[in-house]
Amino acid sequence: MPFPVSVNSTCARDLLHVLYNKDHYKLALGQVNTARNIVGKIAKDYVRLLKYGDSLYRCKSLKVAALGRMCTVIKRISPSLAYLEQIRQHMARLPSIDPNTRTILICGYPNVGKSSFMNKITRADVDVQPYAFTTKSLFVGHTDYKYLRYQVIDTPGILDRPFEDRNIIEMCSITALAHLKAAVLFFLDVSGSCGYSIEQQAALFHSIKSLFMNKPLIVVCNKIDLQPLEGLSEEDMKFVMEMKTEAIKTVLAQGGDSNDDEVLLTMSTMTDEGVIAVKNAACERLLNQRVEIKMKSKKINDCLNRFHVAIPKPRDTKERPPCIPPAVLEARAKVNEEKGKRKLEKDLEEENGGAGVYSANLRKHYILADEEWKEDIMPEILDGHNVYDFVDPDILLRLEELEREEGLHLEANADEEDFEMDGKELTEEEQQLLAEIRRKKNLLIQEHRMKKSTAESRPIVPRKFDKDKKYTSKRMGRELSALGIDPSKAIDRARSRSVTRRGRKRERSLGREGEEGEAMDIDDELSNKKLRTSSRSRSRSKSRPPGEVTPGEGFKDSAQKLKAIKIAKKSVKVRNKAARKGEADRVIPNLKPKHLFSGKRSIGKTTRR
Amino acid sequence: MRLEKCWFCSSTIYPGHGIQFVRNDAKIFRFCRSKCHKNFKMKRNPRKVKWTKAYRRLHGKDMTQDSTFEFERKRNRPERYDRNVTEMTLKAIKKIDKIRVTREAQHHKMRMKGNKAIEQEAAIKELENSINLVKAPAALQQGSEITLPKIKVKVSQSQDVGERMEE
Repeated sequence: MPFPVSVNSTCARDLLHVLYNKDHYKLALGQVNTARNIVGKIAKDYVRLLKYGDSLYRCKSLKVAALGRMCTVIKRISPSLAYLEQIRQHMARLPSIDPNTRTILICGYPNVGKSSFMNKITRADVDVQPYAFTTKSLFVGHTDYKYLRYQVIDTPGILDRPFEDRNIIEMCSITALAHLKAAVLFFLDVSGSCGYSIEQQAALFHSIKSLFMNKPLIVVCNKIDLQPLEGLSEEDMKFVMEMKTEAIKTVLAQGGDSNDDEVLLTMSTMTDEGVIAVKNAACERLLNQRVEIKMKSKKINDCLNRFHVAIPKPRDTKERPPCIPPAVLEARAKVNEEKGKRKLEKDLEEENGGAGVYSANLRKHYILADEEWKEDIMPEILDGHNVYDFVDPDILLRLEELEREEGLHLEANADEEDFEMDGKELTEEEQQLLAEIRRKKNLLIQEHRMKKSTAESRPIVPRKFDKDKKYTSKRMGRELSALGIDPSKAIDRARSRSVTRRGRKRERSLGREGEEGEAMDIDDELSNKKLRTSSRSRSRSKSRPPGEVTPGEGFKDSAQKLKAIKIAKKSVKVRNKAARKGEADRVIPNLKPKHLFSGKRSIGKTTRR
Repeated sequence: MRLEKCWFCSSTIYPGHGIQFVRNDAKIFRFCRSKCHKNFKMKRNPRKVKWTKAYRRLHGKDMTQDSTFEFERKRNRPERYDRNVTEMTLKAIKKIDKIRVTREAQHHKMRMKGNKAIEQEAAIKELENSINLVKAPAALQQGSEITLPKIKVKVSQSQDVGERMEE
């Protein structure tokens, strides 16, 4: 914030003078000014000299010299600079008082309650302490009244002394009093707890009453909670009355009516009694004064033609009050009555156990055709349909129509039914054949599926080791005869060409050959799959669950046993695939199979096999 | 509480089942199970997926237009509760269901009408083609009548062999 060299408002100027001693301030500023001029001159001289400098070094040394001289100049005025710096910092913290706006000034002896009043009506947080001169400077607060902003200025206390003897702090408040056009609230401590009697305060009042010229004045009696006004002694009352008359004089001077109530007010900041009344009175007085002044000034005439308040002129002296029909009046009266009588839902809730316990019956006010239906529960879903989608007042009619339609349809369908028969039907025998064909086909498919599913674990063995006896001549004979052919020739041929036969054609006699043939078959009959599966050990194991552990087996639990079974099955599978009878079966049926030991390679060598 | 239809397969979604997906244009897709949801995410068209109702209706497998469907219409304005109407509605729903079921059965029957003829032809063809599984061609040639003789031939090997040897 720049230093204000000349202050526009007298108030600010005087305030500065009071605080900082105008002479000193101006001297310091003057010194700074001369220093500035000197520095400027030095700079100009040296700049001129720089032109004649022949080398860079010469120029640099010139610059150094110039700067040195400037520094000396500044050093000479350093105390003034320090003083100005202090002032600057102090000024920055001064409250901004607008001299032209509505202002209320609070003055009085120290400790009468000015700062606490200030705290009450504004948001300013002024220090309130029991010792005198707690407030050492002016404080500004703002308050509102009738949608207007008022500045409230709290001053330090004033003692009753001759003008010359006053200290700086008092001078602050005197200056403010003198220069600001504001409403003045003179505070009076009626209880005397500030340490000064009413007489002394009255004396102060009379000595500074010259400052109250042309200002709306209100005498405020504070601390009436300690000492009510009525309980004052005669002398004190006399003093108070004197002050009051003085205040009334100022009112009369302004042209207002001599209204007693507006000049002497009582309040207590401790109990908040009358605080607002005081504020309102002060604001009102100030406002009126300002309005009057404005009205009298020249400027207002320019604005006045812009205002116009239209008031309809009464046509005649007939009274026309607002017309309210009696029904409405009655209704209003009833409503007001009911409001007192009516039982609220909230009351009901409280009666029945409170918020968590009582659940309001929302169906109470339902508007239905029949009152009994209020508590009905309507099903929303039936058989996978939403009931709401079907609800229709005409549903019965439509249903009837539908049923009629359905009846017609049924009749029509009944007529159409029997014409499916075609000419091409199969005879009994043909049907039987067809059934047979289908059975066989199914069988083939099943077999194939089994083969496929067991392919992993089934051993692939040459035909002479077939266990299921699929490739016997007996079977062939059965199949051929089922197909309707006489199989005898085929069987003979097969017999004659069998391996065992070939070698023994010449050796055998007639009789023995037949027995041999039979004997071969008879031996194999016993190793039947059925016999295998129905052996003793199998029949026993099927009656116990697979994972059950019997005590002697050595398993920890059924999980372990199941695992062991699984591992066993794995190894069995591997061996089955290799067509081994068991662990110890290491038979190689053909030690030198021909395909591995014979033949030439198309490319490559055959030195190893 | 409302039963909704699955967007993909058109089955009813009961409370507590399925997933609802809201797209950025505020269209809501409801799915009855993750199968439908996953199909949707794969951007499959339900009209092309055989097991959905959309496909079946489109290809005439299921009944499309019927007066029983008009009873079930989603109403946006709620109706005032009336006990009698509700009773009637509940009874009507059952009857309508029954009728609808019979009509669907009828539709199915009509669809399957030509089946018998096709089956006959297929049977005849099969018989012709696969007769060799039950009757050897030689046997057929011998006797034109198709008989199934259940001959239990006990091959008397000794006799035959003996005969041959002798010869």
